[in-house]
Amino acid sequence: MAYEPSEEPVALKILVAGGFGVGKTTLVGAISEIRPLRTEEVLSDRGIGVDDIDGVEAKTTTTVAMDFGRITIREGLVVYLFGTPGQERFWFMWDELSYGALGAVVLADTRRLTDCFPSIDYFEQRGTPFIVAVNCFDGADRHEPEDVRIALDLDPDIPVILCDVRRRASAKVVLVTLVEHALRTLTPAAG
Amino acid sequence: MSASHELWLDEDAGRVVRPYALTRGRTRSSGDDLDLIAMVTATGAPYTGEAGLGPEERRILDLAERPVSVADIASEIDLPLGVVRVLLGDLQDQGMISVRAPAQAGPRPHERILKEVINGLRAL
Repeated sequence: MAYEPSEEPVALKILVAGGFGVGKTTLVGAISEIRPLRTEEVLSDRGIGVDDIDGVEAKTTTTVAMDFGRITIREGLVVYLFGTPGQERFWFMWDELSYGALGAVVLADTRRLTDCFPSIDYFEQRGTPFIVAVNCFDGADRHEPEDVRIALDLDPDIPVILCDVRRRASAKVVLVTLVEHALRTLTPAAG
Repeated sequence: MSASHELWLDEDAGRVVRPYALTRGRTRSSGDDLDLIAMVTATGAPYTGEAGLGPEERRILDLAERPVSVADIASEIDLPLGVVRVLLGDLQDQGMISVRAPAQAGPRPHERILKEVINGLRAL
């Protein structure tokens, strides 16, 4: 069973995170064939005693829809995009999503910059390579990437770029910037 | 899409059968830990169980004639991931599919692969 790794299909996972309404779905749709992916999660009430009625536990299920996009680079090399659920009550899903992820795009809206703090904290703690892409909404004041970096208190090596996620060309730049950053993170320049 | 007629669907209400009815009520299986982008491939092994294969399981086997990711399967057959994992766990226990976790190739992809991805994205 000695496979040549290059002969096996390779799948890479990129996450798209950020606050509600920041453009995650638009970004995934601009660059990939977007499809819905549902999870039906069993939410148990943690901290509350289980209602022990003949083994019937008090649990509710909730359906969480994620954005799911696929970019086929070539036969046997596919990049999957997953839009992370924005609401904090679905954070338990992030661990699964981010496991083995190549990296993450944190989308930011300068009018609501604090919305992306949780995502940044999360990826910093997990050591997942990430970039910050500032979605330039119509009507929002333009901010220089460096101003955003300072406002977010980001390390100097974390790329911050401006983008318009409605445009495919811009979405491409976002993803290329992330993969380049991941490459640098994985293979620090020797010496 | 060819097999969609096999699913019980009501145009307005959607699926008639509650998702976890397909798994006979089970929410746990050996498929619990399957990564979203783990690649599933049908082995071609015959079914030896007694309960019989359901249409969803047959659909999964069709999809997995070539390697296909867990997320692709869930999206394609329009079932929640949890349900798909249970079904995949059953098929795996039966030896009818093999699953290759992405982590087997190493926690991080090879530099050459990433450069290929960068070039591929630019060329889109």
